[in-house]
Amino acid sequence: MAGGTPGLFRRFARNRAALLGLVILLVVVGLALAAPTLYPRNPLRIVGPAELWPLQDPRFPLGTDSIGRNIAAIIAHGARATLLIGIFASLTATLIGVTIGAAAGWFGGWVDELLMRLTEMFQVVPGLVFVLTIVSILGGTVENITIAVGVVSWTGIARLTRAEFLTLRDREFVQACRAMGMPDWRIVLAEVLPNALPPVIVLSSLAVASAILFESAVSFLGLGDPQVASWGRLVGEGRTLIRSSWYISAVPGVAIMLMVLALNLIGDGLNDALNPKLRNR
Amino acid sequence: MLRLLRRRLLQGVPLILGVIVMNFLLIQAAPGSFLDVMSAESQVSDPALLEQLRITYGMDQPVWLQLLKYIWSVARLDFGFSYRQNMAVLDVIMASLPATLVLMLASLAIALLLGVAAGVVAAVKVNTVWDNLLSFLAVLFFAAPSFWLGIMLTVLFAVKLGWVPVGGMMSITATNEGTLATVLDVLHHLALPAMALGLFYAAVYARVMRATMLEVLSLDFIRTARAKGLGRWRVVLAHGLRNALLPIVTLFGLQFGTVLGGSIVVETVFSWPGLGSLMLDSVSSRNYPVVLGVLVFSSIVVILVNIAVDLAYLRLDPRIRAR
Repeated sequence: MAGGTPGLFRRFARNRAALLGLVILLVVVGLALAAPTLYPRNPLRIVGPAELWPLQDPRFPLGTDSIGRNIAAIIAHGARATLLIGIFASLTATLIGVTIGAAAGWFGGWVDELLMRLTEMFQVVPGLVFVLTIVSILGGTVENITIAVGVVSWTGIARLTRAEFLTLRDREFVQACRAMGMPDWRIVLAEVLPNALPPVIVLSSLAVASAILFESAVSFLGLGDPQVASWGRLVGEGRTLIRSSWYISAVPGVAIMLMVLALNLIGDGLNDALNPKLRNR
Repeated sequence: MLRLLRRRLLQGVPLILGVIVMNFLLIQAAPGSFLDVMSAESQVSDPALLEQLRITYGMDQPVWLQLLKYIWSVARLDFGFSYRQNMAVLDVIMASLPATLVLMLASLAIALLLGVAAGVVAAVKVNTVWDNLLSFLAVLFFAAPSFWLGIMLTVLFAVKLGWVPVGGMMSITATNEGTLATVLDVLHHLALPAMALGLFYAAVYARVMRATMLEVLSLDFIRTARAKGLGRWRVVLAHGLRNALLPIVTLFGLQFGTVLGGSIVVETVFSWPGLGSLMLDSVSSRNYPVVLGVLVFSSIVVILVNIAVDLAYLRLDPRIRAR
């Protein structure tokens, strides 16, 4: 990887939109980290009059919801759940996807055949339907939603890793390692994997965005953990009041949209920075 | 073509088997059988009756035997029985399917029309204000959750402007007014949910279309067409567009499943009486025969759509046919 980390960041930063995405992400991360300090008490506690519009009372800059909870506090604490589920679901998906893709691409033959059929199986089951089923069976805790979303999100990563492994496994540097008598596992982990990872990282960052959308849909439908502040849940709760107080749904929705937007922009930027050859595609 | 169709259908069989096994085992992992829920709901406590129900539903048998029986019945298009609706699961699914299909097709139509048009305009006017505006909108709709978009569209067009109804598929008052009136009534109700679901895919298509169109427009035959003296838009539409549509067809097949998933949330927002509403109801009431049925059924549909897309490809792209 010529240029090292500074070069990488320079290439990333050349994409203005990606830089904007990074700024938004950092703001949300900051909000998530500051949430316990800003709003130390339970965000799901009733603190004021119900249905107070944003900017009416400095104590509640984003207003209050249908029963008088502080929307700003829910947004700040919701950022934690959103980020945690998004990141860990993507990590789960990456771990499964890279393992399966690497095994399929490296071993080839019947292993490849079997693992690719398995991948297809997960591809044809509609993702959200599958997530809802898993969540309804295991219960809607943060951990279970993370696992469920990870389990439906790995197929693209597996296919990409496999394709990378297929092109890499017969390259000269791999043959050289073989000739030196390096064991398979070391060639895979130390030589092939690092070269296969850059495009996978791009896909993983995009998987965070789609995981956040999955989580928000699960919470919106009321299948998430009612004890955890969540953006999607607040959109769902505000739905009954769209005639009088549509801002209750609007505000957390904007938060979800900005977060997903930021991650998509970052993914594009990473793609430019990590795969310069693909930039013009 | 027939040979390909046969081969793809044969490849689909183990895939469907795999999907059935996976989902069946997943549902077996559920704590408590649906009999528990059912007996609690209808307040059955007579142990003799419960035992009889267990036998009726085959739950006294080992899991592998239940699995084999389930596979055998799915092969005969029997997805089991739903106690909640007191109907065969397939009938329950079939009753909700038309509403979902109407919604999906309308959304995909919106996505194709808006997405392709936006992509073509952005590519032809590349790096202008139009390109930037369209690309910005595409990025925005690509990030907006469909349920939230649905609510916001409702606030604007149904609550504030009053142009369309807030939800449902038909007006309660408009029943026996003839076919045309019914169709118009459904279309009236369809507008918002179809947009809420379709705008995301419009954004996807616009991005792909812009990229492919830029690539196609730089090819030699486009220059030849221009050199012949053909008008700019004629070249774009007759020569460029036709050659840039292929990736869209692929995406259509790949995304059929996600559109189906997306319709769950959108149907909930608009009280649209389709598969999504059925799925959510079945998930929350732990009506597992229906949940399993919807999972298996929708997977089979996705597999069939992908086979259809492959065949369409064969017709659309002569380069593949030659092989």
